[in-house]
Amino acid sequence: MKEQIEEMKTKALDAIAKAENEKQLEEVRVTYLGKKGELTAILRGMGALSPEERPVVGSQVNVVRDTLESKIKEKEEQFKQEELNRKLKEETIDITLPATKVKRGSKHPMNRIIEEVEDLFVSMGYDVVDGPELETDEYCFERLNLPKGHPARDMQDSFYVTTEYLLRTQTSAVQARVMMKNEEKTPIRVICPGKVYRRDDDATHSHQFGQVEGLVIDKDISLADLKGTLEVFVKKMLGENSVLRFRPSYFPFTEPSYEVDVSCFKCGGKGCNLCKQTGWIEILGSGMVHPNVLKMNGYDPEKYTGFAFGTGLDRLAMFKYGITDIRLLYQNDIRFLKQFDRMD
Amino acid sequence: MKLSTNFVKDYVDIDVDVKKLAEDMTNVGNEYDAAGPFIPATNLVIGEVLECTMHPDSDHLHVCKVDVGKEVLQIVCGAPNVRAGLKVIVALAGAELPGGVKIKKGNIRGQESNGMICSIAELGLESKFLKPEDKEGIHELPKEAKVGEDPIAYMEMKDDVIDFDLTANRGDLLSILGMAYEIAAIYDKKVKPIELSYKDTKEDVNDSFKVEIHTKNCPIFLAKKVENVVIKESPAFIKNRLMASGIRPINNVVDISNYVMLETGQPLHYYDADTLKGKLEVRMAKDQEKLTTLDNIERTLSSEDIVISDGEKAIGLAGVMGGLDTEITENTKNIIIESAIFDAVHIRKTAKEILRSEASSRFEKGLDPNRTYMAIERSCHLLEKYADATIVGGLVKQDTTSLEDTKITITFSKINQVLGTKVPQEEVLNVFRRLGFTYEVKEDTILVSVPKRRIDISIPEDLIEEVGRIYGVNNIEGRLPALPIKAGSYDKRTRKLRNKMIDLGLNETLSYILVNEKEAKDFTCDDTEIAKLLAPMTEERNTLRHSILPSLIKIYEYNKAHSQKDISIFEIGKAFYKMGEDYGEENKIAVLMTGEFYLGMHKTAVDFYVLKGIAEEMLDFLGYAGRYSFVTNKEMPKEFHPGQSAAISVNNDIVGYMGRVHPAKVKEAVFVLEINLDKLFSKKVGKMKYKEISKYPSVKKDLAFIVAKEVTAEEIAKSIKKAAGSLLLGSEVFDVYTGAGIEEGKKSIAYTLELGANDRTLTDEEINGVLEKVIIALEKQGATIRK
Repeated sequence: MKEQIEEMKTKALDAIAKAENEKQLEEVRVTYLGKKGELTAILRGMGALSPEERPVVGSQVNVVRDTLESKIKEKEEQFKQEELNRKLKEETIDITLPATKVKRGSKHPMNRIIEEVEDLFVSMGYDVVDGPELETDEYCFERLNLPKGHPARDMQDSFYVTTEYLLRTQTSAVQARVMMKNEEKTPIRVICPGKVYRRDDDATHSHQFGQVEGLVIDKDISLADLKGTLEVFVKKMLGENSVLRFRPSYFPFTEPSYEVDVSCFKCGGKGCNLCKQTGWIEILGSGMVHPNVLKMNGYDPEKYTGFAFGTGLDRLAMFKYGITDIRLLYQNDIRFLKQFDRMD
Repeated sequence: MKLSTNFVKDYVDIDVDVKKLAEDMTNVGNEYDAAGPFIPATNLVIGEVLECTMHPDSDHLHVCKVDVGKEVLQIVCGAPNVRAGLKVIVALAGAELPGGVKIKKGNIRGQESNGMICSIAELGLESKFLKPEDKEGIHELPKEAKVGEDPIAYMEMKDDVIDFDLTANRGDLLSILGMAYEIAAIYDKKVKPIELSYKDTKEDVNDSFKVEIHTKNCPIFLAKKVENVVIKESPAFIKNRLMASGIRPINNVVDISNYVMLETGQPLHYYDADTLKGKLEVRMAKDQEKLTTLDNIERTLSSEDIVISDGEKAIGLAGVMGGLDTEITENTKNIIIESAIFDAVHIRKTAKEILRSEASSRFEKGLDPNRTYMAIERSCHLLEKYADATIVGGLVKQDTTSLEDTKITITFSKINQVLGTKVPQEEVLNVFRRLGFTYEVKEDTILVSVPKRRIDISIPEDLIEEVGRIYGVNNIEGRLPALPIKAGSYDKRTRKLRNKMIDLGLNETLSYILVNEKEAKDFTCDDTEIAKLLAPMTEERNTLRHSILPSLIKIYEYNKAHSQKDISIFEIGKAFYKMGEDYGEENKIAVLMTGEFYLGMHKTAVDFYVLKGIAEEMLDFLGYAGRYSFVTNKEMPKEFHPGQSAAISVNNDIVGYMGRVHPAKVKEAVFVLEINLDKLFSKKVGKMKYKEISKYPSVKKDLAFIVAKEVTAEEIAKSIKKAAGSLLLGSEVFDVYTGAGIEEGKKSIAYTLELGANDRTLTDEEINGVLEKVIIALEKQGATIRK
């Protein structure tokens, strides 16, 4: 009996191994393990065995059955895998064919820069404020310590609409607006990005351009605070390796006043055509808010000090994106605009 | 201001390289454009032409043997005036001349040439300083010139010049003395005194000459008389220093007036005394008064101009330029010297309107009256020395100014608080001492006496600036201000709107707000006026736009001209207007679409409905869903196609317009939209809230109606909504049809209605009931149901 079972097992295993597809495997399963299968027949015939033999044969049959079942299962898995592999192969596509376009629009480089500047200063607790572009002489000049006839007015030839209204020549106009609007005369921490206008149009100047103004008024604000703030600003915008140079200068609305140069980001300060061989590029005007400006706009210069700064945004955008001609920023060639569609 | 370093060395002892000086000046706030030698040519030597023969192969070239000291060189020269025996300037091989010219040994038409014989022009002297003979040939040096020596040194032209770009407040630096004080402060040197001495006669000029002041715009007027001047050429050092400073030498007397102005910063005017009538008057000009200035141009004056008169007529435009009738000529013998100060604001205005001169640029920035005295004394000194003048005794004087120092009180602690530093007291005082300011210290307080020459210094902050400047701002350590932490804020809505438009596939533009007057009001219809510039740069940009769309149309045209047909752009910006006497501005968003539009994977030709989709998505995004409509019964701007445009109404208020651009304006199919954001955003939007999703399925039913062509989809949608009631979840048009099977003048319009409820699945009876109500309602309005 034992030999008979062993022989059957060998035959069955051989048949499983030889099965070429699921159908043949199923036939093998039916032949041995089916209701009318050979192994089932042996189990059925167990009643004829002696009580001593029965458990021995029973357990032998069970072992063989388990072996066969697991072998069949293994073989089944193999067939499934083969079938899947075949299907996957069939479904293989040419991934080098062109993509289906899912293009979105793009943000103008100037607004990309403005948003970057805004995000930086907002993270330092500044409020972003807006002011009129068609401004009054009072806010654009007079309240900034630039009375009519002041020689510094020549620095910025203006577009007047009437003797009182003009297109603002500087975002500094917003300084006075913010100070006047703050009736409690509490500390101020703002930036104001926006458009400004000057009678100037050549290869490097546009009559309309972008500027951002910063203003901080509080107790004990110092030049060292201005320096530290501008260092953070310039390094974030133009790279951590940037070196700043402060040069005393003159603006009627600040005293002391400084122009700020940054080490040339093209040559690193060695001298090139971008920095006109000087190694430096002028990027900012800044200074401590002039006490007359504080006074004129309701702040007590004995109690408060402040700093202000302003920088051109066109140049920042040009530096950042390697734009060589300022006119590209205002030409709005769709092929230019569409390039600004990715993160920085 | 061009600074001759030779000139300034008369007053301060320095021995620094010109580039270093320029950089050190920059670091204290005086920027420069250029720094380098006055004559930018190298490797020059004085030579003597020993032989000069015609070039065998040329009708104008000469072959010269030139003794240059160490050797005799053969040089080919084309100048007509070259001849044997002449002392000349030779550029040796290796020399570099201005304009990138490099001299090499060479061969000119077969003849060896080992250098170049130079004209003054070739050495780089500005053309305005060249005499006619300088333009025609090589420079002829005097016989005494020593062969082999440096010709530049021989001509006393060895000088370095720094061209400063000075700030508007530092009028004091428009003088050699001012520069000397600044340089002395940088290098801690003393400024040397200026020579003012002269002999004068026993007469008193006041006995024969009067000055009357009839305006408050002349705080000081001094005059002096000198006699028997000999007009001749100035000594070389005066001519060269004037040229290095950018002023053309004329004759010794005129040159001295300019030389003294350069030294002291005080402009002077010299009159030919014999053309005057014994007096000078200062007054405001009469309107339309005429005056012919030195440059022989007749000027028409206004009552804002200050003039000098001889008692009868204007003879000089005060502070700007003298008159032709009283100018110094070759024949002048006697001179009246005027040294005066005129009101800066008036001079600036006159200069801007009539003429800007070396004099006016100094008056505009303000002057020190001490220098008014100094300049007239210095004039006498130099006229005596270089024009053989006899100085008449006495000084005609009208002076209301104060010559005293400005006294300013400041504390050490304020200086350090504003600078954010701990500069020790002795260092602060050191800065004041170097600047030539005197001071008294009492504990924390310093009383500083600032000489009048520094008219830019008047308040304590100005002194803080001086400390920062001389101590060195780059020695101050930067730090972030120690301010309370707070959340910053910005206009999130505009930024989100911008990002939404970009998500919708549009490209953002940035255009000029200045447009042509003719188009400034295009795409708008309201009762405002345009804001026009008083003095535009070009007619193309003479007016502020009232709509962004004219700018976008220009962008469309630009791109079309560059073969770009698919344009979908938007811009958020300001638009301007005039209302009565006031001016205002509004924030707007404008969109322009034409050609094919790609959104995501979908590509479609732009038509009214694409743009309408953009408008709806934008308004829905901003929270106005269900509150807007597109209306056609309102007045539309005439730049829109009358049959393909609509006003955009939110809460029954027109906030913008959209549609196809009128074919008369743009013949291609271009669609535009503009919304006044200030008007739109004034309509409050509630918070975004979650809406419950029904657990029960909804059903979709289609209905098609035949209606008159004029009936709008919106009218039908409204009727459906009203009739169906709360079980209607939504309705959509899926087909509009005219043609075969539909009567003339009618159209078929088909809707899918979605019906459902949050608390149950609708029964067939309920569904049919709703459909029945809809059909009855529409039939009442003349529609027939299409089976």
